[in-house]
Amino acid sequence: MADKTTTTAVRRRSGRSSGFVWGRKHLLGLEDLEPAELLHVLDTAAGFKSVSTRSIKKVPALRGKVVVNLFFEDSTRTRTSFTLSAQRLSADVIDFTGKSSSVNKGETLVDTARNIEAMGVDIMVLRHAAAGAPHLLARKVGCSVVNAGDGAHEHPTQGLLDLFTIREIKKKVEGLTVAIVGDIAHSRVARSNIFALRKLGARIILVGPRTLVPDQMRQLGAEISHDLDAVLPACDVVNMLRIQFERLQSAAFPSVEEYSRLFGLHAERLRLARPDLLVLHPGPINRGLELDSAVADGPHSGILRQVTNGLAVRMAVLYLVHQAALAVNGK
Amino acid sequence: MPKKADNSGSAGSEETLLDAAGVKRAMDHLCREIAGALPGDCPVAIIGLRSRGDELAARLIERLAEGGRGDLLHGTLDITLYRDDVSKRMIQPQVRATVIDFDLDDACVVLVDDVLHTGRTIRAAMDALMDYGRPAAVRLAVLVDRGGREMPICPDFVGKTLKLSPSDSRRVYLDLAETDGADRVYLK
Repeated sequence: MADKTTTTAVRRRSGRSSGFVWGRKHLLGLEDLEPAELLHVLDTAAGFKSVSTRSIKKVPALRGKVVVNLFFEDSTRTRTSFTLSAQRLSADVIDFTGKSSSVNKGETLVDTARNIEAMGVDIMVLRHAAAGAPHLLARKVGCSVVNAGDGAHEHPTQGLLDLFTIREIKKKVEGLTVAIVGDIAHSRVARSNIFALRKLGARIILVGPRTLVPDQMRQLGAEISHDLDAVLPACDVVNMLRIQFERLQSAAFPSVEEYSRLFGLHAERLRLARPDLLVLHPGPINRGLELDSAVADGPHSGILRQVTNGLAVRMAVLYLVHQAALAVNGK
Repeated sequence: MPKKADNSGSAGSEETLLDAAGVKRAMDHLCREIAGALPGDCPVAIIGLRSRGDELAARLIERLAEGGRGDLLHGTLDITLYRDDVSKRMIQPQVRATVIDFDLDDACVVLVDDVLHTGRTIRAAMDALMDYGRPAAVRLAVLVDRGGREMPICPDFVGKTLKLSPSDSRRVYLDLAETDGADRVYLK
């Protein structure tokens, strides 16, 4: 077999690679990723897009491999997206949800994961209410771990698909002004977005009531505003977060009506924005609260593009972590 | 894979097999062969394999259009996800898009690749192609055939056949003016 230097030379000469090698067997968050790694995932995802549009929507890249969705929190969209992505790579998929599992009988996360792994699993996709759960799992199991959302910490594939959609529509990320609006304090989507957008040179403005946009968020390299009308004219992109009533411990704003009036994006407010403003939302939308139907379904909306791109991005992530695992395990 | 021969030189040494003029002669020959065999009664698609094959396909289409065949469809196939050697060779090729924006059913396809060696790339390419439709026929055009097949695959159109020792484990590469500055075929 060729030694390492030879394969590097082959890779460069054959022109079949950008010369960049993805070395991460897990995807736990975007905070640690280098800009080159982010771009590599996006470029790889671009290559996967055509799989979803042709008549046979399946490639053999993960044939005979097993992907487990380990979801300890409710999710429809993300779990479905991961399932379909894994299936389009020809992997077998097992769904394991917290509610129906032995977790209710007191089994720990690590025990559960190790038991599932013992059945022969290649990739675990984990959603968990505790920040850091995927990191713990990655240390305790031998297979690849992909974070599908851990508490209020990170949701890396959502961050990547937002980034992918922005780059696809705006043709660049650097120099763009992106507002993230809503419940920043409880949002893993916001954190993953901030990490990724900052690395690729976007300007980020976090917008929301003081109770949901704490001043400490400035440390992540973002600006803060509590006035959406003042910010909107400068924005290339607004990412409208869902108000997560299930995460709010106490009333964070006086009333839903007031929140909607101050921080909701509706047709009237859109008049302040640039004609090419891109509106994103990670879903599911509280229609009439953070987003009007006229905006969610209107010409500025990239929301369904996000869902479509989510498949390509998750296919790319599953493919890349598995490739890295093969290299690490030397088989 | 056979053990690398002692006399194959250090990792950096290269042996030019075809210079720019040689590549041009091979390309001329390949064009003539294809032009003489193109069917006129069904849509014809020239589909290049990434990478280098896609540039060759673009060149072929331009040349064949000059010869009166301006009706050829142009596609690009990325076979990364269909390869059988990714884990074995521990290489990590960049996944890129396949572009076939026409109906492949009942078309006559000419697959274009730069160097034909083991035939595994073509095996993967046919698998990939079949996921896009059911062509009436698939032909294979390569600029260079270096021998050493490991699969039952035989090219229909060849620009230049190289006579290499079966024990020579060096690889044959094609550089193109579009991507590498100059046309050249070499061993390394």
